[in-house]
Amino acid sequence: MTSDELEKTAEDLGRILSSVARVTEVATDDVPATSHPMPLTNVLRDDVVGTPLTAEQALSGAPASEDGKFLVPQILGED
Amino acid sequence: MSNDLTRLTAAQLSAGLRAGEYSSEDVTRAHLDRIEQTDSVLGSFLTVEPEQALTTARDVDSRRAAGEELHPYAGVPVSVKDVVVTEGIRTTAASRILEDWIPPYDATISTRIKDAGLPILGKTNMDEFAMGSTTEHSAFGPTRNPWDTTTVPGGSSGGAAASAAAFQAPLAVGTDTGGSVRQPAAFTGTVGVKPTYGSISRYGIIAMASSLDQVGPMGRTVADAAALHQLLAGHDPKDSTSLSDPVPDFLAAVEAGARDGSLTGKRLGVVKQLSADDYDAGVRTAFTAALDLAQAAGAQIVEVDLPSLSYALDAYYLIMPSEASSNLARYDGMRFGLRVEPESGPVTAETVMAATRAAGFGAEVKRRILLGTYALSAGYYDAFYGSAQKVRTLVQRDFAAAFEQADVLVTPTAPTTALPFGMEDDADPMALYLGDAATIPANLAGIPGMSLPAGLADGMPVGFQLLALAKQDARLYEVGAAIEALVSDAAGAPVWAGVPTEYAADAASTTTSA
Amino acid sequence: MKFTEAVAKYDPALGIEVHVELGTATKMFDDAPNTFGGGANENTTPTSLGLPGSLPVVNRTAVEYAIRIGLALGCEIAPTCRFARKNYFYPDLAKNFQTSQSDEPIAHDGRIDIELEDGTIVPVDIERAHMEEDAGKNTHVGGSAGRIHGADHSLVDYNRAGVPLVEIVTRPITGVGERAPEVAAAYVRTLRDIFRAIGVSEARMEQGNVRADINVSLRPSPDAPLGTRTETKNVNSFRSIDAAVRFEIARQADILSSGGEVLQETRHFHEADGSTSSGRVKSDADDYRYFPEPDLVPVAPSREWVEEIRANLPELPAARRRRLLDEWGISDLEMRDIINAGLLDPVEATVVAGAKPDAARKWWMGEIARVAKQKDAEAAELVSPEHVAQLQQLIDEGKLNDKLARKVLAGVLDGRGAPADVMETDGLQIVEDTGALEAAVDEAIAANPDVVEKIKGGKMQAIGALMGPIMKATRGQADAGKARELILARING
Repeated sequence: MTSDELEKTAEDLGRILSSVARVTEVATDDVPATSHPMPLTNVLRDDVVGTPLTAEQALSGAPASEDGKFLVPQILGED
Repeated sequence: MSNDLTRLTAAQLSAGLRAGEYSSEDVTRAHLDRIEQTDSVLGSFLTVEPEQALTTARDVDSRRAAGEELHPYAGVPVSVKDVVVTEGIRTTAASRILEDWIPPYDATISTRIKDAGLPILGKTNMDEFAMGSTTEHSAFGPTRNPWDTTTVPGGSSGGAAASAAAFQAPLAVGTDTGGSVRQPAAFTGTVGVKPTYGSISRYGIIAMASSLDQVGPMGRTVADAAALHQLLAGHDPKDSTSLSDPVPDFLAAVEAGARDGSLTGKRLGVVKQLSADDYDAGVRTAFTAALDLAQAAGAQIVEVDLPSLSYALDAYYLIMPSEASSNLARYDGMRFGLRVEPESGPVTAETVMAATRAAGFGAEVKRRILLGTYALSAGYYDAFYGSAQKVRTLVQRDFAAAFEQADVLVTPTAPTTALPFGMEDDADPMALYLGDAATIPANLAGIPGMSLPAGLADGMPVGFQLLALAKQDARLYEVGAAIEALVSDAAGAPVWAGVPTEYAADAASTTTSA
Repeated sequence: MKFTEAVAKYDPALGIEVHVELGTATKMFDDAPNTFGGGANENTTPTSLGLPGSLPVVNRTAVEYAIRIGLALGCEIAPTCRFARKNYFYPDLAKNFQTSQSDEPIAHDGRIDIELEDGTIVPVDIERAHMEEDAGKNTHVGGSAGRIHGADHSLVDYNRAGVPLVEIVTRPITGVGERAPEVAAAYVRTLRDIFRAIGVSEARMEQGNVRADINVSLRPSPDAPLGTRTETKNVNSFRSIDAAVRFEIARQADILSSGGEVLQETRHFHEADGSTSSGRVKSDADDYRYFPEPDLVPVAPSREWVEEIRANLPELPAARRRRLLDEWGISDLEMRDIINAGLLDPVEATVVAGAKPDAARKWWMGEIARVAKQKDAEAAELVSPEHVAQLQQLIDEGKLNDKLARKVLAGVLDGRGAPADVMETDGLQIVEDTGALEAAVDEAIAANPDVVEKIKGGKMQAIGALMGPIMKATRGQADAGKARELILARING
C-alpha cells in the first residue's frame, strides 16, 4: 500500500474498530457463541476414493512449475 | 424478433421453447446480441462466452428435437457472477489476483446449470471478492445501473443485477453475504433472493465469509427467481454446511401467492429497528405504499421489536472480515493466479507473496483483510470475533421471537435508491456500511430474504424486503408473488418494464475509483 | 558440559508431540487417494490444493481412527468437538491455514505407562489427541546440499497435503532425571507399537508416518518451576530421539550454568553428529489466530459409536504382553528379552501355529537370532512361524532330534524351503530302517567288547559309548531310543 493508502486505511480501521467494539456491550458470559447459522453436526464422508485431479489439471494455474511440481521461490523461514 | 425474445421472462421463454415457438439458439443469440449492443456502456460482464453458450443452446435444441426429456428451463440462458467457479471459463472474482485464472473444476451449481442445459452467457462483474455494495470495487471497471447510468447497480452482485434488469439475461446467479443479491436487486428493480443458509451449495463459490455466503437467484420476476432457485438448491455432499432437507416446490408457492386472497390473514411484521424513519423519503413512500396494498388485500401489519439488530452491523463487520482474511490467505502467487516479484530486495517466497498480494488486491480487500486479521489476533479474539458470534446468537433469538408474531418480516431493502458513483471516496466507512443494515441480519441468522420492486422513487426503483424463518423460503415466494402482483396491478405494469433500454456513456459519470 | 554432569546439576522435563499419519484410503477433508508414492501432484483434488471455492468434508474413518487412538491412550473422547483454522503462511500449506483442532480436541486427558528396557514403568499423562491435516512437501533445489538456506527455489508436491494426522501431546514428563533420553525414545516407540496394534497406521518412522517433536527444558530442582523449553524437530528415529534429548540437556545446562538464558526456539536435529541447531525463533507470540472452522460443523461421536469402537479395539501391546506372560508361564525378564530382541510377534505366531511356547522361544531367541545376526538380516524375514512350528513338530514326532533339526533349520534359513522339504532333500530324517540300524549296532558291539562287558555287568551308562560309533555309522540319523533298545536286546538276548 502507498503511504496515503495506509493512512486512510488506518483512519478507517480506527473508526470501524471503535464502532464495532460496541458488540462487547451485549456479548455477556451467559450468551453462547454461534459459529454456524444452521445447527448441523456429524457431516461425515465415507472413506472412498473419488476422482482426483490429474497432475496437469492441478498444475494448470501454476505461475511456474518443474518436474510436475509447483516451483516457488526460495523459502527463508526454516521449519 | 430478437428484441422481443430478450423482453420475455424466463418462464415465458421456457414455455416458448417447449412449445417449439423458437429455438434456444435463437434465444441465446438474441441475448448475446443485446449484450454486444449494450455492455460497452453497462459493463455487466467480465467475460462473455458466445461459443460455449451457443454450443449448449444447439445441443439442447437437438436433444429436444430428438424427443429427449429435458429440464423445463433447458435452453434458457443465464449469467453467472464471476465468483462462481466455472471449469474452462475464466473466473476472476473481479480481482487482478485471479485475472487470468481458468479453473480446472466446476462449482456444484455450475454443474447443475450445465446438466440442466442452461446456456451460460458469461461471467458478471462484481465488487472484488464480493467486498462492496456498489460494484465500484471491481478491479476491471464498474457496472452501470441501466435505470440511470450515472448510478451504481449496487453490489456486490452488480453485474448480475444489471444483466437481468437490462434484458441481457433472463436469469442471473449472484451471491449474497450481507445483502449482495438483495440490494442490487433493489437498485435495479429486479428480484433477488438470499436462500436459507445451506440450501444452495457453496462448493465452488469463491469464499468471502464462509458462514455468511449464499448463492442467490436473480431475475425480473418472482417466478423466475423461484425457477432458478429450484434448479440450484439441494443437498451437496461436497459442502459440509449443505442442508439435507428436501427442496420445497417454489414455483408452486409462487402460484399459490398469485391467487386472489393469498395474503388474507398473513401477518407482515414491520421491524422497529429497521423502520423507514432513517430512510430516504422516496424509499419510505414506496415502501409504505406497498404495505398499504398488502393490507388492503387482507394482510395484517404488526410491529416487531428486535433489539439485537442495533448490534448486527457491528457483529457483521467483525465476523465477515475475520473469515474473509483467512479465506483470502491462499492468494499468494504460489499455486495459481498472479505472481509478482518484488521490485527490489531478495526474491523469496515470503517477499513474492507480499508483492503479489500488494499488487493483486484492491484497497477495500486490503482494508477488510487487515480488519479481520486484527479481530482474530491473540488478545482481541474474545472482544471482537468472540463477541460478534454472541451477537449472532442474540439476533437468531430475536428473529425466532419475531416469527412467533409474524409470518414474514418486511423492511425496505436499502435506505436509498441507487447511489451515484464515487460516493465512497471520502466518506466515513461506517456510514457507508449502514446501507447494509437491513440486509445483514438475515445473513447473520441464516434466514432467507427476498428483495422485490415496491415501486419507484424519483424514477428509480425501490426494493421491498421480505424475511422468513429458516427453511421457509417457500413463504417468501408466496408472499413475494402476491405483493409483486399487487404492485404491478397498481402501477399498470411491472416495475422492470419501466427500465430504459438504450444507454449512452456519460463522460462525467466515469468512476474515479476502482 | 557432559550429559551426566548436566542431569546431576539440573532436573530435565520433557514434552513430546507425536504426529501420526493415518492409514485411511482417502485424505482428511477430501477424497483424494491417501497413498505413498505415485506421481507428484496426482493425488489432489481442488480441496487438497486449496483452490478458490473448494471446501472440506470430514473423513469418517479418520474420525474412527482418532477415537481408537484416544481410547488406546486412555483418553476421554469428547462428546462434541470442533475443527479450527490455524493461520500461517507457508508454501507447503495450500490454504495458508491448516484445518486442525484447537479448543475442542476429539480426545483429551489420557495416560499410558511406558516400559523401559529394564522393566521400569514410567507413566505419561496425555494432554490431548486431535485431528488435523498434513501439509505438502517442499523439495529444495540449488544451494548447499538442498537445504533451505541458500536454496535457489523449491518444488512443492501437494500429494501429502490433506493426509489425515492425529497429533498427540503429552503433559510435561518430569521426574525422569538421567533417563530422560531413554524415556523419550521409549514413549515414541510405545506409541508406534500401539498405532500398529490398533491398525490405524503402518507407523514407519523412516517413511515419516510417525513424527516426533521433542520439547526439553531444565530447572535447577524438581521444586522449581519448569524452565524455558526448546522444541527439536526432524528427529526421525528412536536413536535420534535419544541423542537429541541428550544433546539438548547438555547444551541447555551449559547455557544455564554460565548464567545465560535458554532461548525459546525451534531447533533442528542433525543425524550426522547428534547435535541440534537453531531454527526459527519460536515464541508464544506466534499468533495463529485460531478460530472455529466455519466450513465444517462439529463432530459429536455418539456414546454408542465410541463404545462400539472400544469393544472392537484390537488388543493393546501392554495387555497382550501381560496375557502372553501368563499363558506362557515365563518371567518378566524372559518376556523383556523377547521384546527387546523384537521377536514377540514371530514367537507368538509360532505358538499359534502349534508349537509349545518354550520351543518357540528357544528356536527364535537361539539359533534363528544367531543366524539372523550373522547374515545381518531380520529374523522374521528368514523363516516363517509356521515353518518353525513345523520344525518342532518333526522333533516331537521323532523324525528329527535336536542336532538334526539344527541342520534342517540351517537349510530353511538359507531359503531352501520348508523343514519337511529340507529334511527329505538332505536325507536328514532319523533313520527308521531297522536293517541299517541293526547292522550299525552289531558293528559297534563287535568293535567294543570291553564296553559290552561293562553293560553286561550292569553299567548302563556305558551304552553311551556305543552311541557314538552307531551315530557315526548312521550319520547321526539313528533313532537313539531304538538303538538303545537294540543294543540291550543284542547284549542280553
